[in-house]
This record gives sequence, C-alpha cells and structure tokens, in this order.
Amino acid sequence: MANSVSIRDLSLSFGAVTVLKDLNLDIRDGEFLVLLGSSGCGKSTLLNCIAGLLEPTDGQIFIKDKNVTWEEPKDRGIGMVFQSYALYPQMTVEKNLSFGLQVAKMPKLEIDKRVARAAEILQIGPLLKRRPAALSGGQRQRVAIGRALVRDVDVFLFDEPLSNLDAKLRSELRVEIKRLHQQLKNTMIYVTHDQIEALTLADRIAIMKSGVIQQLDDPMVIYNRPRNLFVAGFIGSPSMNFLRGEIANANDRLVFRTQGVDFSLAGYQTSETLVPGRKVVLGVRPEHIAVDGDVQGGERHEAVVDIEEPMGADNLLWLKHAGHTLAVRTGGARRYAPGTRLTLGFDMSLASLFDAETEDRI
Amino acid sequence: MANISALNQTAAGFDAVSDQLGSGPRGKKPRRTFSGRNIVIYGTLFVAAVYYLLPLYVMVVTSLKGMPEIRLGNIFSPPVEITFEPWVKAWASACTGLNCDGLSRGFGNSVRILLPSVVVSIIVASVSGYALANWRFKGADLFFSILIVGAFIPYQVMIYPIVIVLRELGIYGTLTGLVVVHTIFGMPILTLLFRNYFTSLPEELFKAARIDGAGFWQIYFRIMLPMSLPIFVVAIILQVTGIWNDFLFGVVFTRPDTYPMTVQLNNIVNSVQGVKEYNVNMAATLLTGAVPLFVYFVSGRLFVRGIAAGAVKG
Repeated sequence: MANSVSIRDLSLSFGAVTVLKDLNLDIRDGEFLVLLGSSGCGKSTLLNCIAGLLEPTDGQIFIKDKNVTWEEPKDRGIGMVFQSYALYPQMTVEKNLSFGLQVAKMPKLEIDKRVARAAEILQIGPLLKRRPAALSGGQRQRVAIGRALVRDVDVFLFDEPLSNLDAKLRSELRVEIKRLHQQLKNTMIYVTHDQIEALTLADRIAIMKSGVIQQLDDPMVIYNRPRNLFVAGFIGSPSMNFLRGEIANANDRLVFRTQGVDFSLAGYQTSETLVPGRKVVLGVRPEHIAVDGDVQGGERHEAVVDIEEPMGADNLLWLKHAGHTLAVRTGGARRYAPGTRLTLGFDMSLASLFDAETEDRI
Repeated sequence: MANISALNQTAAGFDAVSDQLGSGPRGKKPRRTFSGRNIVIYGTLFVAAVYYLLPLYVMVVTSLKGMPEIRLGNIFSPPVEITFEPWVKAWASACTGLNCDGLSRGFGNSVRILLPSVVVSIIVASVSGYALANWRFKGADLFFSILIVGAFIPYQVMIYPIVIVLRELGIYGTLTGLVVVHTIFGMPILTLLFRNYFTSLPEELFKAARIDGAGFWQIYFRIMLPMSLPIFVVAIILQVTGIWNDFLFGVVFTRPDTYPMTVQLNNIVNSVQGVKEYNVNMAATLLTGAVPLFVYFVSGRLFVRGIAAGAVKG
C-alpha cells in the first residue's frame, strides 16, 4: 500500500534538549494514525515537524512520496486543527474558512463552492456570518476542522483538538471526527494524550515516550499485547494490575510466583522459553479477572473486597490479594460490600509478562 | 415503625428551621457606608485629588484674571472679572526673543514634529516587534537584548554625538532632524511593547495562518493588526505625550524659528525683561499642556486596557 507520510531518521533538539531521536514512521494512505503519549513526549513536536512549523535538526519528511523537508507549510498538502481552535477572532466563520484560499488567490466561485461544501459536511451553514466569539467550543472546533477541510488536502493534522471541550462534547465530536474520516478517507494524524480517543479513533496507535515510539500497532494489539511495561501501564483505565515476582517450577509446571502465591502460566503465549528464576512482572487487566460465578475453572484465588466503585455500567472493585491491591472490573448489576470474600480466576491467555529488568514483553 | 420515626425526625428538623424563617439574616449581607475602611480609602483619594487639582485650579483662575486683580495676591479667589485677554495674548502675541507671534508658531512646529515621528516610529516598531515575537530569525535574542539595553541608556549621553551626526547629514536645526531623533529614540521601548504584546497573542493563530499560506506581511496586516488596537493606543499615547512634552531634544536640535511649543513656553515664562505677566504664563502653560491632557481624557480607558493586555506581561 502506498505511504502517505514517511518520516526518516527524524531528530530534533533545542540546544541540549533532544525532543525527537532518529524517528522513523510510515503512515499509509487513508490511515488514521494517533500519536499518543503524556505531555512532553514529543508528539506535538513531531506533528509540528510534519506540518513544517518546526525545522528538524536532522532527517527527512516525505508526504505523498515527495520530499517536503524544506517546503513551506502551505506547500505540503496538509491542513491542521489546533487545540485552542486558533480561529482568527476578527473574521467571520466564512472568512475564517476562506482565508487560506484567498491567500492562494483562488477564484471567488471556487472558494464559495468549497466553503459551502465544508459547511454542509460539518453542519455549520447557519454559523457562517458569525464571529468565533459568538460560537460555543464545539462549534469553534468544527469551524477549525472546516478550515482544514476547504484546503482539500491529502493529510489532516490534529493537535489535541478535543482537549479544550467538556466531556460530553468531546465524545460527540470524537464520533464526528471518525465519521468524517470514513467519509473523506484522507490520511489523518491525530495527537492526543487521551487513550480513549486513541483507542476509538485510530487505525494504528503510536505510543511515544521521550521522543521515541514505544509501540506502533493496531489499538487492540496495543491493548491486549503491549510491547513493554510503559505501554501496558499507559493504556487502560484503571491501569493494568502489575504483580512483581518470578518464574518458578511447581510440580513440573511453570508458574508465576509472587509473595508465596502461584499463578499457573498455562495458556500464556510466548515465543521465548521461560526459565525458572527469571524476575518478571505479571500484568493483568481489571476486566480479565473473573469473579465468583464467572470463574471458568482452572486455578482459583481468594481475595477480599477493599473498596467498591460503582460506575453504572460496570463496577470497579479494589481487592486485597496476597499483599497486593488488585483492580477488578465486574458487571454493574451486582454490588459488593467491603470485606466480602471472593473467588478470582485469572485468564493467562490475556495476561502479559514483562521482564523485570528490560521491562519488555516476554 | 422505622418509617414513622424517620418522618418525625424530618418534621422536627423542618420546624427548627421554619421558626427562624421570618427573621434573621437573609440574602446579601449589608455593608456599612461609613465603615473605617471606606473612610480611609475615600479620605486618601480625596486628599490626593485635592493635592493635584488645587494647582490646576489656581492656574485656571489666574489665567482668567487681569494683572491688577492678580496683584491683590488672592490666588485662590475666583476671578471678579473674567477676561480671555491672557489666552489670546499667549496664543497670538506673546514675545519670545525677537518673535512676537505667541505660542501659535511653537504649536505649529510641535504638530509638524509630532505627526511624522509618531507615525513612523509606531509603524517601524510594530513591524520589528512582530518579527521579534513570531519570526525567530538568527540573532533575534541578541538583537532583543541590545534593544532592552538601549531603552535604559540616558539620552544625555548621546546628545553630542547626535549633534555631529545631524550636522554631517545636513539636517541639524531642522524639523526633519528632530523627527529623526524622536523616531529613533522611541524605538527601543516601543519595540519592546509591541514584541511583548504579540508574544502574548496565541501562537497557534500564527501557526494556523502559516498553514493557510499567509506570508510575513499578510499575517501582519490581516491577522495581527486587527487584534492589536489596544497596544497601538498605548503606543500612540506614549509617543504623543513623550514627544509633545519633550524639552531637551527640542532645545538642542532646533533653532528659534523651529522651536517646539515646550521650548517656546519656557522662553515666554522665563523671559527676564518687563513685567511678569502671570496670567499670560498660566494661559500659555495650559495651552501647551492641553494636547497630552486631551489625549489622556479621550483614550485613558483604552490605555489602561492596553497596558493590562500585553505591556505588563512577558
């Protein structure tokens, strides 16, 4: 498949601070790629480099197989949506949309056509004569998306576009952006620190930490088979349960042993051979621990309810188990009083093992 | 049973509150007009206002009196017979040296100095401030440091070299020369002012405009300018009052027939020959001060807003 955006050995440093280090990334045509990471990981910097707003120290950027490393932002075939919307406050919505086209000296008729099309797609027709100050946050962000839309570009860049909106609007616009992508089939690169946005929108997620991509994969692979401890802890809310222990041999079976408790490793898939004595971290997602009646057989563990957090659709339990605190997600129907004793079942085929030293997945 | 006792509890609780509904504190807490705090605040403000307004009052009433009335020495008493003679004389026929056409000549000179220096300095400073804030060129930081240092060098140090430069350029003693000097000396502080304001505008606006393909001047004129009215008002006020009130440069770089209003005022007030015409002096001073006063009254509010918007930040 053709690549829409290719990044080769990209490095960027401000003086002594290195923000991006030898970064390589290929984004397929029509792909929705999410750059995910906590603040300061370099994800916005990378986006600004792709947009041409920051000059890389080294490396190359290709858009549509054309080397654009030295091109001006306007010549790269990109549109960008910013977190603060960045609408021109003194211009009406219509002027905001058409500014870039006017600068490019496009014929008036064509401008009107494109503005009308963008307004229709984003349903902002009635707002065209208003100024940004008279719009709500959601409307502003829609106009900002429209500004990228009218440019008829190959690649859309989103820099945390939903972070300034309240929770309800955020989830609404998230769906709209996804619908927009399905409709337009453009390449979209989307920067966020919100894992829900990343998981719901992305075709592929690139998780970044200190300027390096930790894992670039399908959202479900990232969620179920995180490549290292950082990715595992970053994705998922509440976070994955981590138990520190070691591989051990019990009755000729390999087990994970922590604080005197053994977990059977039957069903865990790995290409490595597990050697007893190796220090490892076991990661289990809260929803991959079965409770009481849901336990499918196999190994059973005892735990005591410490705190219960009912969330409506489901119920989050904080359990005490062999000196650890475990988060477990159960159905919302049943309530558990603190102190209740429970039986737990662990599904090892969905668990993750990490080397305690390298923090990489085993 | 449990339900009934619970009901009773609520009823009792409701009663304890409902007994107090008719009286007691309700709504906004009343504030006393003559609290100690108010007396101190308004007292201080009043004293300060009197302190500044009294001299102004004396000037106005004196300028409206004839000389015989002034000689009585009651400087605070209002004029018995109001006369505008001193104002007319100050404007049209007071003598400075050989010229006896009053302050009108100085007023004309001052206007001809003021307009070009204000306009040119603000245009140049706003563009350089914009470039410094948004287009990080090589050596921008060094340039900015030099600019800040420039803002703190006392003018007096540079007078002699400037006289030589102007003489070599052949514009010493002309209005053009003074305009050039004012324009250059306004530059550091104005550029600083504009740079800080433009830095305070959201950076993403600038980025968005660049993605839209706008260049240096398009962004300046179509994005930045329409957003910076407050800071332009601040700059105009600073420059108008600064240049209008300037005495030092005026007296050094011009000749008697190109003296600005302030220099002429000084010459009228300080002339040693003849009778001291206090009423004319007062009228002349008020006339000279009228321009900055007018500017403040018209744009004072915008001035405060502009200062708050960007000049303090950064």
